[in-house]
Parts: sequence; C-alpha cells; structure tokens
Amino acid sequence: MPVMTYLDAIRQGIWEEMERDPNVFLLGEDIGAYGGAFKVTAGMLEKFGEARVIDTPISESAIVGAAVGAALMGLRPVAEMQFMDFISCGFDQIVNMAAKIHYRWGPSVPMVIRGPSGAGVHGGPFHSQSNEMWFVHTPGLKVVVPATAYDAKGLIKASIRDDNPVIFYEHKFLYRRIKEEVPEDDYVVPLGKAAVRREGRDMTIITYGAMVWTALEAAEQLAKEGLELEVVDLRTLLPYDEESVLASVRKCSKVILLHEDTRTGGMAGELAALIAEKAFEDLDGPIVRVTAPDTPVPFSPPLEEFFLPNAQKVIEAARRLAAY
Amino acid sequence: MPKLKRARRRAAPDAATLERMLYFLKLTREAEYRIERVLYRQGKIVGGVYTSRGQEAITVGTAIQLVDGDVVTPTHRDFAAHVIRGLPLKDIFCNWLGRVGAPTRGRDGGPHLGDIRRGIIAPVSPVGAWCAVACGAAMALKRAGKGNIALTFFGEGTSARGDIHEAMNLAAVMKLPVVFVCNNNAWAYSTPVEKEYAVKSLAVRGPAYGMPGVSVDGNDVLAVYAAAQKAMARARVGKGPSLIECRTFRMTGHSAHDNAEYVPEKLKRQWEKKDPIDRFQKLLLTRRVMTRERVAALDTAIQRELDEAIAQAEASPLPDGADAVKGVYCEPGDCWWGKPSVVRGA
Repeated sequence: MPVMTYLDAIRQGIWEEMERDPNVFLLGEDIGAYGGAFKVTAGMLEKFGEARVIDTPISESAIVGAAVGAALMGLRPVAEMQFMDFISCGFDQIVNMAAKIHYRWGPSVPMVIRGPSGAGVHGGPFHSQSNEMWFVHTPGLKVVVPATAYDAKGLIKASIRDDNPVIFYEHKFLYRRIKEEVPEDDYVVPLGKAAVRREGRDMTIITYGAMVWTALEAAEQLAKEGLELEVVDLRTLLPYDEESVLASVRKCSKVILLHEDTRTGGMAGELAALIAEKAFEDLDGPIVRVTAPDTPVPFSPPLEEFFLPNAQKVIEAARRLAAY
Repeated sequence: MPKLKRARRRAAPDAATLERMLYFLKLTREAEYRIERVLYRQGKIVGGVYTSRGQEAITVGTAIQLVDGDVVTPTHRDFAAHVIRGLPLKDIFCNWLGRVGAPTRGRDGGPHLGDIRRGIIAPVSPVGAWCAVACGAAMALKRAGKGNIALTFFGEGTSARGDIHEAMNLAAVMKLPVVFVCNNNAWAYSTPVEKEYAVKSLAVRGPAYGMPGVSVDGNDVLAVYAAAQKAMARARVGKGPSLIECRTFRMTGHSAHDNAEYVPEKLKRQWEKKDPIDRFQKLLLTRRVMTRERVAALDTAIQRELDEAIAQAEASPLPDGADAVKGVYCEPGDCWWGKPSVVRGA
C-alpha cells in the first residue's frame, strides 16, 4: 500500500471518481493550470481537459450556483472554495438554493463543495476559520470533516457519489502533515458514521477534523497517568452519528467535547444537548467542552497558539474531569 | 434578396404561434386574476401572492420559443413559463393552495414551483440566485452539444444584486448558452428605478460584460419575441449569452397585500393604455389573424379550463403535517419523493 499524504488522498479520491464517472467535473478558482492554491487538483486539467476542470472568475456565488444548475442536469460537480473562509460569498446559494431544492420540489442535487479550512498555519482571520457550523445548522446539507488520509479519500469519494449537496471540510494543517498507507483500490467511507480512533474506558473525547490528532496525543499522555481515554472521530457532522456518540458516552460515563471551532453554537453544544437528553443517567461528571474561544482567528503566532485547543488544554480538562 | 426574405420570414411568428401567444397571455391574466382577486380574497390562498399583471408579454414572448431540452428559471412573475413548458394548471393551483398534488407537495407555495423533467428550475425568495443556477444548467447543455439553452429571468430590482453580476460575467467568460431577460417593471417593491440604478437603460450592462444588450418594449410581445429569437439563435450556435431588457410596468402591488399607494396614479393610467394583452389582441384582429368569434371562443375556453383546474386543485388533499420531516435528503432506494426527478442525458 502506498504511503500518501492527506492531500494526496483527497486528490486520489477525486481523480478516481473523475475516471469512474464522466458526469463528475470540477470548477473553482485557479484549479486548472495552477492546480489549486494547495495543489489538490494538480494534473487534473492535463488528464481530464478544460471541459471537466473549469477555472472560474472569483465568483463564489456563481461557482456554487452553477454547481447547483449542473447538478440539476444530472452532472456531479465538485466545486472548490480556495479557502473555506470564502464560502460565505456563496452562502445564499448553499443554504437557500442547494440545501432546500430536494425538500421543496424533489430533484436530487448531487454536488460537493470542498476546500481547506482550519488554523495552525498563521493564515489569519480569513484563511483559518472552522465555519462548519454555519452549514450544520442547515437541513438538507451534509457536512463532512475527514481527519485521516484513509478517510479523506474514502469520504470524498462517498461525497461525490452522494445525491445531496455535501460540504467537505479539508483541514489545511493536515494536508501535508498526515501521511499514512492508503489503499489504491476503490473504496468509500460511508457518510454519517463516526469512527472510534482509540478504545478507552475512563473518559471519551468526541471530536473531528484536526482535533482528532490532538485528542490522540492527549490520550497517549494520559495513558501514562493510568487514564484510558476513548477518542471518537465524528467524520460527518451532518447528519452525525448519534448512536456512536451515545454508545461511547455510556461506555465511559465521562465526556470531553473537543473542537477547533469557536465555543458558542459549536458542535460541542449540540452534542452536549444530545448527551444530556439521552444519556443523562450514564454520566459520572459534567459534560466538558474544550474549544477555541469566541473570537476571530488571530494572526500572530502567540495569539493563534492561545486561540487553538491543544493536547495540553485537553489533558488539563481531562484531569479535572477525572477528579469527579 | 432571397436571403433577407428568408431571414424576415424566420423572424415573424406564424399564425398558430401568434394565436398560442394570445392564449398564454390571456390564460396568465385570468389565472392570476383568480389567484390574486378570487382565491386570495376568499382566504383560500394563504401567504404571499405575486403576479405578473402587466408584464405577461415578457414571459410569453420569450418562453414560447423554448424547445425540448431547454431550461428556464422563472421569477415569481413568470406564470406563463410554467404553462408553456407543459405544467398542468391543476398542479400550479395545487401549489398555490398548498395541496399534496402540487409539484412541491405543499413544501413551498405560490409561484415557487419547478419541474426538472420539463426543464423548469423553481425560484427562491432571494431573487436572482437562479441566474447563476441557469449558468450551471447551461454548462451541462453546452457540454451535451445539442444546441439547447437556458432562459433566465430577473427583475430590474434584482439587477442590483451581486448574483446577477457574477452570473452574467461567468456566462460571458464561458460563452454559455444563456439568455438573460430583465423584466424592468419600474418598481422593486416600493423602490422606483432612480433609486435602483444610475444608467439610462440596463441594456448597457450587456456590452459591459461582453455580450449583446438590447432594450425593448416589454409590453409589445412581438418586440420581445424578436429580441429573444435573436438572442436564442446566438446562444444555440455557441455564440454565448445575451441580455434583453424588457421595459414594462408592474400593474399591481408587489404582492396582494400591497396596494402600491406609492405608485403615482398618472403613471398607472399611462401604462394601463399600454396593456400588452389589449394591444396584441387588437393587432391580431386588425391583421385578421383571428376573428372576434375566435377570440371570444378562446376566452370561454380559458374560463372553462381554469374552472376545472381550480376545482381539481381544491379537491386535492392537504398534506399530512407529519410529512414535514420527510424527504430532507435524497437517499437512493429510500426516497420520500418516490424517485427524485432528474433529467438525464443533458
């Protein structure tokens, strides 16, 4: 099995789907000859041609709108946002057009909007956001957030094959930092299913995206202190895997909800409500959130470091929770 | 000069088309009369009521030229587009009445309806968003290479939105087969044109994007027809998009609850005299395309057709409230809609 970066795994997944289904095509800014700002689509123009790898003007609303129109005609567009921060410019097309079409009048809208999100690379307030919750609060969309290279490939392929609009959050910090063996064959990772990344018994951390690695790092440290943490990777935020969340909480009885996104209105709030409603009797301590604070993502390294959750912050939270 | 003669012949709609146009114009006027001034006032239609009174010629003069495989993205004031594309009147009234027999099964209402098998993409309330969607449909049509086009409507009020800029620019850059039709009805809700844009005519925006732009009398269905014919011909042979500004006047409030007191009486009276349907009917009678008897028979047939459609729609059941949570996602093999309606082979 070849060792692949998270980025190459996404690229491989898109490539395979382009080969498999002529209805799949790409559109976005600088994705053709330049291969995309992060080179996710490198080589695709040469391989698949201009009709299927379309460089567009800087027009996020039209990019998303055009993807909707093409999807309605039976094509399977994959639209790139150069940075997921800019998805705000296509917001109306996503939440009012794409998300509501099937519910309102029946057609399928098989499309993917993908791009880099997340902080940790000193990108500043407009190249670092984790804005997935804008879309998790929009019925009709699916929101996918891979953490591993294996999943990145399997989830992008499943997203392209899905008949609904999927917002696919790639984490730019993971692009070239995560390398692992990724099968060359055709496989998909189903949407809506979480994965247990580490088995534990004392406490569970429920998280997604780059924070999966932070959680695993913290769990390794805490294991040395005799605390066995479970780590659950949600993988899909909408619709999310309620059963896996509840199963892990019931098993461990203590839960930390971890995300890079800011605190108020974050995924942790939703999960906390779910757990309080459906697993209250199973809890042996308060539901704990470890998240970024409610601020924009700051630029300067000390500020950004303070902003981001890290293993140390998780460890401290876990020690406090363990005392219950 | 046989070439020119042929071109002229091609430019003029034949008698059957002229008659069909009068039919759709009158059908629209009467159907919307029933919606706005009968069913709404009877309390049978709830929610917003938007009609195309006074601007029907724009939809009819353009959409009548669509062929199989074309796509249209109507606004909330393009009733005729739906019937021209073959959507049964009963289905349309079901939509207004929130019945299960509607294309939206009661999930959306009024003029928000579509049918992808007929190439109709349903509008949304953030107006003009569908112009970019039309571009995407046009990408698919261009790729299919069958000469099909996307016809997309928007109002002059909507022309101030960024979506229109992005869509027109994208269509021009990619030479997409899109015909942009602006129904300039002089009012964006209560806002007059001088507060909407600072150019004399929105047609100038066509060349600004690299596409032809023309301004026509939107109350003259034949002028609209001719401009659309030219624009569609260009689009069908791969020459790219065009913009047609159709000047008209909204002869009703923004919606049924709006009595449009802000519109000067004098202007209303002026535009009443330019009514597109009266004008066209007079022309057909003068040119002897139709006799008075034939027009009268058409009027009677339309009333009968509407009576039947409305009766059927009113007999259609209301949806089951619990169905509200179904069909949010399209899942293969488990689709609440039965089978998602898709067009294939585009």
